[in-house]
Amino acid sequence: MSFLFIQFLNGLASASSLFLVASGLSIIFGVSRIVNFAHGSFYMLGAYMAFTLVHKLSGGTIFGFWGGVVLAAAAVAVVGALVEMILLRRIYQAPELLQLLATFGLVLIVQDLVLTIWGPEDLLGPRAPGLRGAIDIFGQSFPQYDFVLIILGPVVLGLLWLLFHRTRWGTLIRAATQDREMVAALGVNQSWLFTSVFTLGAFLAGLGGAVQLPREAVNHVMDLQIITEAFVIVVIGGLGSVLGAFLAAVIIGELNAFGILIFPQLTLVLTFLVMAVILVVRPWGLLGKPEGVVRGGAGAERPIKPLSPTGRNATVALLVALLALPMISGNYGLSVASEVLIYTLFAASLHFMMGTGGMVSFGHAAYFGLGSYGAALTVKYFGVPMLAALVAGPAVAGIAALVFGWFCVRLSGVYLAMLTLAFAQIAYAVVFQWSSFTGGDNGLIGIWPAPWAASPTAFYYLSLLLCGGGIVAVRRITFAPFGYTLRACRDSALRADSIGIDLARHRWYGFTLAGFFAGIAGSLYAFLKGSVFPDTISIATSVDALVMVLLGGVQTLAGPIVGAATYKILHVSISSYTDQWRTALGVIIIVLVVAFPMGIVGFIQNRLLRSGRVEDAA
Amino acid sequence: MDRRTLLKTIALATLLTGGQAGLASAADTIKIGEINSYTSLPAFTLPYRNGWQLALDEINAAGGINGRKLEVVSRDDGGKPGDAVTAANELVSRENVSVLFGTFFSHIGLAVSDFANQRKIVFVAAEPLTDALTMEKGNRYTFRLRPGTYMQAAMLVEEAVKLPAKTWATVAPNYEYGQVAVKVFKELMSAKRPDIKWVDEQWPAMGKIDGGATVQALARAEPEAIFNVTFGADLTKFIREGNTRGLFKNRAVVSLLTGEPEYLDPLGDETPKGWIVSGYPWEQIKTAEHDAFLKAYRAKFNDYPRLGSVVGYNTMKSVAEMIRKAGSTDTDKLIAAGEGLKIDSPLGPISFRAEDHQSTMGGYIGKTDMKDGKGMMVDWRYANGADYLPPSSEVAKLRPKN
Amino acid sequence: MSANTLSVRGLCKNYGGVAAVSGVDFDLAPGEILALIGPNGAGKSTCFNMLNGQFPPSAGSIKMFGEELVGKKPRQIWRMGVGRTFQITATFGSMTVLENVQMALISFHDRLRALWPFAGGLYQEQAFQLLELVGMATQAGRPCSVLAYGDLKRVELAVALANSPKLLLMDEPTAGMAPKERIELMQLTADIVKQRGISVLFTEHDMDVVFTHANRIMVLSRGRVVAEGKPKEVRENPEVQATYLGTGAVYDHSKDTGAA
Repeated sequence: MSFLFIQFLNGLASASSLFLVASGLSIIFGVSRIVNFAHGSFYMLGAYMAFTLVHKLSGGTIFGFWGGVVLAAAAVAVVGALVEMILLRRIYQAPELLQLLATFGLVLIVQDLVLTIWGPEDLLGPRAPGLRGAIDIFGQSFPQYDFVLIILGPVVLGLLWLLFHRTRWGTLIRAATQDREMVAALGVNQSWLFTSVFTLGAFLAGLGGAVQLPREAVNHVMDLQIITEAFVIVVIGGLGSVLGAFLAAVIIGELNAFGILIFPQLTLVLTFLVMAVILVVRPWGLLGKPEGVVRGGAGAERPIKPLSPTGRNATVALLVALLALPMISGNYGLSVASEVLIYTLFAASLHFMMGTGGMVSFGHAAYFGLGSYGAALTVKYFGVPMLAALVAGPAVAGIAALVFGWFCVRLSGVYLAMLTLAFAQIAYAVVFQWSSFTGGDNGLIGIWPAPWAASPTAFYYLSLLLCGGGIVAVRRITFAPFGYTLRACRDSALRADSIGIDLARHRWYGFTLAGFFAGIAGSLYAFLKGSVFPDTISIATSVDALVMVLLGGVQTLAGPIVGAATYKILHVSISSYTDQWRTALGVIIIVLVVAFPMGIVGFIQNRLLRSGRVEDAA
Repeated sequence: MDRRTLLKTIALATLLTGGQAGLASAADTIKIGEINSYTSLPAFTLPYRNGWQLALDEINAAGGINGRKLEVVSRDDGGKPGDAVTAANELVSRENVSVLFGTFFSHIGLAVSDFANQRKIVFVAAEPLTDALTMEKGNRYTFRLRPGTYMQAAMLVEEAVKLPAKTWATVAPNYEYGQVAVKVFKELMSAKRPDIKWVDEQWPAMGKIDGGATVQALARAEPEAIFNVTFGADLTKFIREGNTRGLFKNRAVVSLLTGEPEYLDPLGDETPKGWIVSGYPWEQIKTAEHDAFLKAYRAKFNDYPRLGSVVGYNTMKSVAEMIRKAGSTDTDKLIAAGEGLKIDSPLGPISFRAEDHQSTMGGYIGKTDMKDGKGMMVDWRYANGADYLPPSSEVAKLRPKN
Repeated sequence: MSANTLSVRGLCKNYGGVAAVSGVDFDLAPGEILALIGPNGAGKSTCFNMLNGQFPPSAGSIKMFGEELVGKKPRQIWRMGVGRTFQITATFGSMTVLENVQMALISFHDRLRALWPFAGGLYQEQAFQLLELVGMATQAGRPCSVLAYGDLKRVELAVALANSPKLLLMDEPTAGMAPKERIELMQLTADIVKQRGISVLFTEHDMDVVFTHANRIMVLSRGRVVAEGKPKEVRENPEVQATYLGTGAVYDHSKDTGAA
């Protein structure tokens, strides 16, 4: 009994830390609709700054310690304010989620920054003065410091409540969470409001990181460790709901504390399983409300048009150039070109889902990775030839998308995106843990192409055929009635429903098709690399795909193609030339985002429009 | 729509011209490719890079190999096997390297090893610990320097069986390395001590340990001893929570890797006392060959070596010696030279076994202690890898026939 | 099969104990234009949304040519031949005017899942005819996202006519339009439905429109039908005059524009 009580307290202590980070993320999202990927970076910066400040300030005094913690959070808040004013403010008018891309650039930069300033080694901070020891509870030791954490969570929750309900600022924030255009119409200075919210969010993240100092070594992967968990909590609680975030944090904290007692092997997946169940039952989280109509932003997408004669000529020229590539390129260039083609199809499949279908996915890697595994496993266990494996892979991916999609399409917006993430993580955990079948984290190796496709040239042509064909097929479907149906569902659910379209069903089919095409890319990838590892299903791979689509421009059909080619080529070539490739890539992404808020292709289209070559649009 | 093609063509053209530029290189150097997870695991890989750079400088200062200088082309894999294969491909196809070496993570090691097998190029794996690399998934092109999980666990078992403890619990990161380490440790222990009971196991996700809850769960099982495989940030969190909550009081702990400066130094005044660990007590090793290495390393980098530094240094030396012995960069000759290759390392002479291409580099087994708020190893000894190699019968059974 | 296009009996809707609509009965004959009027909050939109299948009624029955609509989804009701326009227009902003109509035709011809043909080439002729009917043919190639509000209403009408409906449900068809446009659009609607024998049920705040075009008027107040009959009868009904028409607050144009 006493043991269970202590374990309960352990869960509460973890919950408090999670809550601090998640509440900031939730507030930022609620008001500005920014999916702040850099929130984990703020958390990490808070921890590092606290490490430095606590050492500078304290000779082990209580004031020095807590002063350092608060100062660290304040410093992070300043960083947050600067980020908002210098970067994000420029791109509020961009299509939704583009801010995610900008914050992804920040994540990369902060990772290198932390390494440069604080060095590669983990840094263990001091224990909190006066709270070094443990308290005896029913014969069990419980750290004094954890009591402070347990209290800190509800205290911050209370302060936030007072802030939101007892100040004019708070009232405005709550109003803006409901309807930000309305608040703007009331004559409130919106940019000031956004800056202050972002600053508060960053402060909370920084504080969350800083109070970890006595509990764990500060290290340079803290950002990615916390960010997914924070998102999970925000979504389980309901976007924009601080109380919801608190409840969700307690649920996740307790779940981890007790879960490891009952299912020690399930540590990888427990949170995601719970999120999936909660979202299926409550599509807007525990305390969330259906997302309000998002007005403004980038405005409606332009109608799609078949290629103009110039476009047609250019496409033919590109095709000729691609066909002729083996004559001028070496083997390495061809392999990279194959990889670019594969990623292009992967991005195109995601774009089909999120651009055409309006269903944003944070877990598209599931279908890419399951395509890889489908191909590799059939080779491994049935010894089938490569071509058969290239059929089996997409089939596996398609079936997975059929199953996961059935649940996902019933949700919308960020909730849908997070449910796709949950399923991707579940798939990841299954592949990771089922070592006897999938090889676990050691993956499957020896998946090389059949002799006829083994040469880089042959494999390149095969990739060109399948990926090029896949992209053409996706494009064709987009222009076909089914593509129009998906866009109809995206543009106006109300209208689609009232002209006889079964939304859930068609979105489900669209989801499945997108998974299938991602599976083609994934199968090829397995043979390109000769091996498959769980990281093909990881969040990082999903984020890569998202970055490619957003970079190219989500509101254009050519966007994913240009985005994938740009991103992949940049990634491969920069990492060949410098160790600081993350900074370089991050800076390039941010510059691209600010320069081309509609994506690269969106920008080009706008220019053409302005010069009057594309007629009639907003 | 039409401009996109332009963009793409430009991008591709850039790639291709870049692709061609690398081909022109001097013929009087021997190019060697190196890949590691520099950005994702800097704490280990940066000292490792120092290690191989030191060795490279020494080799070239001494006139190179067979009259030719060595040139290492190094790439970061970002912790992703797919990127590692791309890098390996670049090194082999574009840079025309003769040998590949490096890698830290087991799965990346396996990916590059399989690539080496496919492309018929020698790969000397520096760090990957998985036994599969030399056993089930071994191939004739791959050599490995560091003792694998089996060997490391076996070294610790030798000390662990001497403990009186009869009830044991384990805590390990939830992936292959942790799983295999626990499995081997349990098997070897139970074989020598059938009276041992295994009372609990904890599998925190790597990098995401819930310190308090894990410690409490272990405490509940009341084991007399604990076998720990966590490392890095997880280990630090685990130890601090364990210290606060008294988990390690009157309890023996056997812990993999904990004595390595990479993991021991960050613990500072939290370093637990009396744990049986594997590690690298660099400041206490008083052999001539280690002194020379230490002096050269400090002179060059103004820092002390980590175990990674030794691994990098030894790997570079092994590659160089392999080429010298082969008298050529022909792959088959290199393999022939590599089997049974002997080098003098800072830890003493080591050799590569012909049957599984595993080196006999050993490790230091000792106990942890703390002095002036810093962790250190005491009562340590060097465990020669040759004494802990997996039995030849096992290798013959598991390793695919080439 | 009943002769009436619509036959509604005892229609009720409660929101947490508050009755938004209670006990509404009415019939709609083929080719008839029935207006549903009443002050804000009288339950007009709720009525509409139940007829359309958007909300399930708390009680009551809605029969179309004898077939029960309660329990059916909007898309199923549409397939039975019910076209609908919305108070705040709902069109596909990323599609052209023509494509919006084509979309409805594609759905009508059950080709939503076709993966091969170009959607832009399907049912072009028919779509053009519908656009001509509503006077939007010249703007066929413009995206809906840039249209003037009145034009969007016309597009909606064309879309609503795409499935050759037997019944049109129009929720404030002229809301947000200039007075001249209102009269034009309603005249157009009246002509089309007359020509095609379509029944219409519409709500409207503009009494000019109502009294000019409705064959019959039903007055709703606090969820109940307080009067029903020919325009003339309703105009002269003292209860209506007292509760609605006669108060001098018959209708406030500016308020209407604001609501739209």
